[in-house]
Amino acid sequence: MTAQEIAFKPQVNSDVLMRIEDLVMHFPIMQGVVFQHKVGAVHAVDGVSLAIPRGQTVGLVGESGSGKSTIGRTLVRLYKPTSGHLYLENDDLAELEGNQLRAVRRRVQMVFQDPFASLDPRLTVGALIAEPMVIHNIGMRNEIRQRTEDLLRTVGLNPNFIDRYPHEFSGGQRQRIAIARAISIEPQFIIADEPVSALDVSIRAQILNLMQRLQRSMGLTYLFISHDLSVVRHVAQRTAVMYLGKLMEVADGPEVYVNPLHPYTAALLSAVPIADPKTEKRRSRILLGGDLPSPINIPSGCRFHTRCPLAQQICREVEPPLEDKTANGHFAACHFSDKVDALVKKGSISGMGSL
Amino acid sequence: MPKLLEVNDLKTQFRTREGPIQAVNGISFTVNEGEAVGIVGESGSGKSVTALSILRLLPMPPAQIVDGAVLFQDQDLVDLNEAEMRRIRGGKISMIFQDPISSLNPVMRIQDQIVETLQLHLGLSKAEARARARSLLEAVGIPDAARRLRGYPHQFSGGMRQRVMIAIAIATNPKLLIADEPTTALDVTIQAQILELLARLRRDLNTSLILITHDLGVVAGVTDRILVMYAGHIAERAPTEEIFDNPRHPYTLGLLGAVPRLDAERGSDLVTIPGSPPDLLHPPTGCPFQPRCPFKIDKCATYPPDLKVGRDHYSACWVDVTDPKEQQRAMQKGFIPLHPVGGTLAGEFSAGNA
Repeated sequence: MTAQEIAFKPQVNSDVLMRIEDLVMHFPIMQGVVFQHKVGAVHAVDGVSLAIPRGQTVGLVGESGSGKSTIGRTLVRLYKPTSGHLYLENDDLAELEGNQLRAVRRRVQMVFQDPFASLDPRLTVGALIAEPMVIHNIGMRNEIRQRTEDLLRTVGLNPNFIDRYPHEFSGGQRQRIAIARAISIEPQFIIADEPVSALDVSIRAQILNLMQRLQRSMGLTYLFISHDLSVVRHVAQRTAVMYLGKLMEVADGPEVYVNPLHPYTAALLSAVPIADPKTEKRRSRILLGGDLPSPINIPSGCRFHTRCPLAQQICREVEPPLEDKTANGHFAACHFSDKVDALVKKGSISGMGSL
Repeated sequence: MPKLLEVNDLKTQFRTREGPIQAVNGISFTVNEGEAVGIVGESGSGKSVTALSILRLLPMPPAQIVDGAVLFQDQDLVDLNEAEMRRIRGGKISMIFQDPISSLNPVMRIQDQIVETLQLHLGLSKAEARARARSLLEAVGIPDAARRLRGYPHQFSGGMRQRVMIAIAIATNPKLLIADEPTTALDVTIQAQILELLARLRRDLNTSLILITHDLGVVAGVTDRILVMYAGHIAERAPTEEIFDNPRHPYTLGLLGAVPRLDAERGSDLVTIPGSPPDLLHPPTGCPFQPRCPFKIDKCATYPPDLKVGRDHYSACWVDVTDPKEQQRAMQKGFIPLHPVGGTLAGEFSAGNA
């Protein structure tokens, strides 16, 4: 057992619904036509362990290319993981195939970012919402229709819309349809991949409130994947910060936001603009230089060292383990997490030219 | 500060088969020299059309500026012919767009795209223009500028492309820079880099800035004044701190409450604005926000005038939202007053925490 696995064993009294253990997802890069051979791999997810407690929301944050969506997609087995385990209660999603996989999938549903692309334009709203029930053989035809109307009401849409098509709806309404579809077979676990990123501000709040209401009434567990730290702080009880295929920091409650122990988290936080000019003026910023390195050539040692304001020689050589830094479940993968606080207070700007 | 740009009662219309769409419906505002003005609104509010109308970059037809004036250095841009307008664009007024990959020419080296602008507007020789192109790339923080100049757009990351766009935009020392959602396509760490760059360039070059965004956080840190747009109208305009401290339009109140904030405690429900923005083919009569507004009164059937509610602070609303009686009434219709945010955030100086 690795240190990470031990770290993420469920704590006393916390009931874990989903346990991700050492998940690796590499996408091979092939070359050649007849004699295809592998010339490299995109290291999208590079060993991630995370426990998702029942009835809670876990937020997974990261920039584009961090691998957060790949984790979401692997959890519903849209991809077969390269290695690792995905325990939903006692079933390992990574191992199952065929009918067994389908039976487990009934308990896990997904909501995607773009409600314009995720709903089949040729199906009516009723058919879209009923599709999971039909696939999983739930209910008779008239029961399904009745339930679809109830679901429309649940997500705040008029049940008379049942025979309309997706193009007749706005983005927010479409996301409501996608949510109705996801909850139609009463799953335990919903993976929401950037569910509000494509929506306008006033509509975003409606969808977030709807998701929280459904969580309370149906006892749902969410993995909420987003690049938006403010949204994740609002919805999640536990936050995991991802960078280039690995978790950099994991903690419960507001810990990650109030007391970050990884320089990447600190930089992410300081980069988020806050809708208050007074706060903006008194904040110190940590500006990261450069861009995300390529996931094909992961930097040696700590993968964040190329952009890290705290990097030392050891960071280039030794990969820091994700370990509990506080004895109360605040995990960070950094050699110098005791220096993050000073960095946050001071701020730093790197990589800027002058006129 | 002297006035640089004055937009007067601008009305821009799109003619469609279903009927005319009033995308911008009689807006007026000014931008002073060296000032940064934010235009905030949701999709369809008319914020981008406003910018494109100023630069006359809309396809006409179907678009048409039906009324109003855009006075730039005492010259009405609406009346200029195309040749005169071309000298303004990229010369005295530059624009940065949201999506840097579609605004750069994919088959031209970065160097040639910058040199083109410099030769056209400043009449520099090719060698002079190349030298200036290099110092521009250095100014916007692109490392190894000499080598990068020979690259093509696809060899640059999203953040780097936006830096190139900014380099082209400032190449002619414009008086006014219009940035339309310049960081929306970028990751948050890259967004911070670009906002910092824009702020620094504005200081160094004394350029005025119009920053168009849907993100209240972005304008909070960068701008001096803010216009909040809704359905083609300016709902409220005020100095930046005033908008956040003392919002006077129900729509602004709704927007501020609807954004989850990084420094807020979790768990509380967000304020929602019920319904969705109006269909501009069939706009509601009177105030366009009234079908969604918890403060609505009978008078809202006629469009409210731009009422002065404070120093340099105007709100297009009949109702005084600060009146406790009005708030009581609105709360019965689901309005949740904004409560002060009491959370803490890493990186705030504790002395500043009141």
